[in-house]
Amino acid sequence: MKQITIIDYGMSNLLSISRAFEKLNTKVAVTENPLEIIRADLLVLPGVGAFYDGMNELHKRNIPEAIHEFTKTGKPLLGICLGMQMLLTSGTEVQLTKGLNLIPGEVIPLPESSSKYQKHVIPHIGWSKVMVQHKNKLLNNNSENYMYFVHSFYANTTHLEHQLGISNFYDLPFTSMVNKDNIWGTQFHPEKSGEAGLDMLKQFITLS
Amino acid sequence: MTAKRIIARLDVKGNRLIKGIHLEGWRFLGDPNEYCLKYYEQGIDEIIYVDAVASLYNRDSIKEIVRKTTENVFVPLTVGGGIRTLEDATEILRSGADKVAINTAAIKNPNIISEIANRFGKQCMVLSVQAKKRNNMWVAAYDSAREYTNMDVLEWIEKAVELGAGEILLTSVDKEGTQKGFDNSLVDHISKKINVPIIACGGFGNPNHAIEAFNYGADAVAIAHALHYNKCNVKQLKSELSNHQILIRP
Repeated sequence: MKQITIIDYGMSNLLSISRAFEKLNTKVAVTENPLEIIRADLLVLPGVGAFYDGMNELHKRNIPEAIHEFTKTGKPLLGICLGMQMLLTSGTEVQLTKGLNLIPGEVIPLPESSSKYQKHVIPHIGWSKVMVQHKNKLLNNNSENYMYFVHSFYANTTHLEHQLGISNFYDLPFTSMVNKDNIWGTQFHPEKSGEAGLDMLKQFITLS
Repeated sequence: MTAKRIIARLDVKGNRLIKGIHLEGWRFLGDPNEYCLKYYEQGIDEIIYVDAVASLYNRDSIKEIVRKTTENVFVPLTVGGGIRTLEDATEILRSGADKVAINTAAIKNPNIISEIANRFGKQCMVLSVQAKKRNNMWVAAYDSAREYTNMDVLEWIEKAVELGAGEILLTSVDKEGTQKGFDNSLVDHISKKINVPIIACGGFGNPNHAIEAFNYGADAVAIAHALHYNKCNVKQLKSELSNHQILIRP
């Protein structure tokens, strides 16, 4: 049985993510230990909360170095929600904060209004479609790709080739899924996105 | 854009699913987890559990139901009923719920809204409102609609949103259990002024009722009776709504 290592840094709904992987018949290890993170077969960086707090908590536990070591092995890493955002170069939530810098780009607030809509409802909560931009191993491009989102900030990626999925917030198309080599990330919560989300996690497991 | 949502509302008493009419009088229906799993397999977008007796007894049985549910059901889960303190909310969220719905405690102590929103984020804090029409206005009821305030529901919701409520579960006490349609004038009245998602609850009888509620500004509809008594299948309902140009997750 394959083992998934989920990083615990005190800021995520570990239970839901663990339950989803258990449902897919994988063994789940939850850890904050840098050595266990480096040795993982498949690594998941979850997260709910602010970018600034998240990076602080990771640094307190020397996790950023461990994640960098892990990614050099070529084994797959998946960031979910804040976990995906922290893969980027920096974030502006609370104050400008350096991220893990694995994927170039900045995490910035969703716009409060647009020319067409006077006032946007923030956070963006609910089911939105993910439009897949490149052929990839996690998600096929089909009309059933509705995923569950809860966020107030978004990843403004700088390279088109890293923008694996796009979703719309009012009339703003934003990066809802990223990929660079063995590094993957979703702004949405696959563990709360029904069978479509579980299918995606199942594909992630096959990457190892 | 965000799709309109279909939510299953399950009222539980102890470890059993119940169904009441006008929030009074209960009938036992069975194991809530079995019902929940069935709706998940049919494509439900979200689940709401309301613990009908939590304010009278303890919450251990609802926590156990939530724990079991999250083993097999992978959509957002809200739990309401008897949550009085930040500690109560924390326990429910730790059992696997994604949001808490609060009515009575928020009426008695509105600060709990800010406490929960600040700790867990606005998206976690659902204000549950039981609206009852009285003398040409809607007033907020509580304690399973056994008690009434003099508060106008719109004013109450505006205040709660300012304090951090991220979503409104808007139950019409008058329509609850009737299957004659949602209180669309209430949905219209609230959704025109309020900028957080509105879940219309109480009165669903057929797909047209959902279409009406969405057209009047609801972001989601909560269904109890019609689902529990097998009068409505989520999959069929969704395809019907899609046929009527409602944006819905297939």
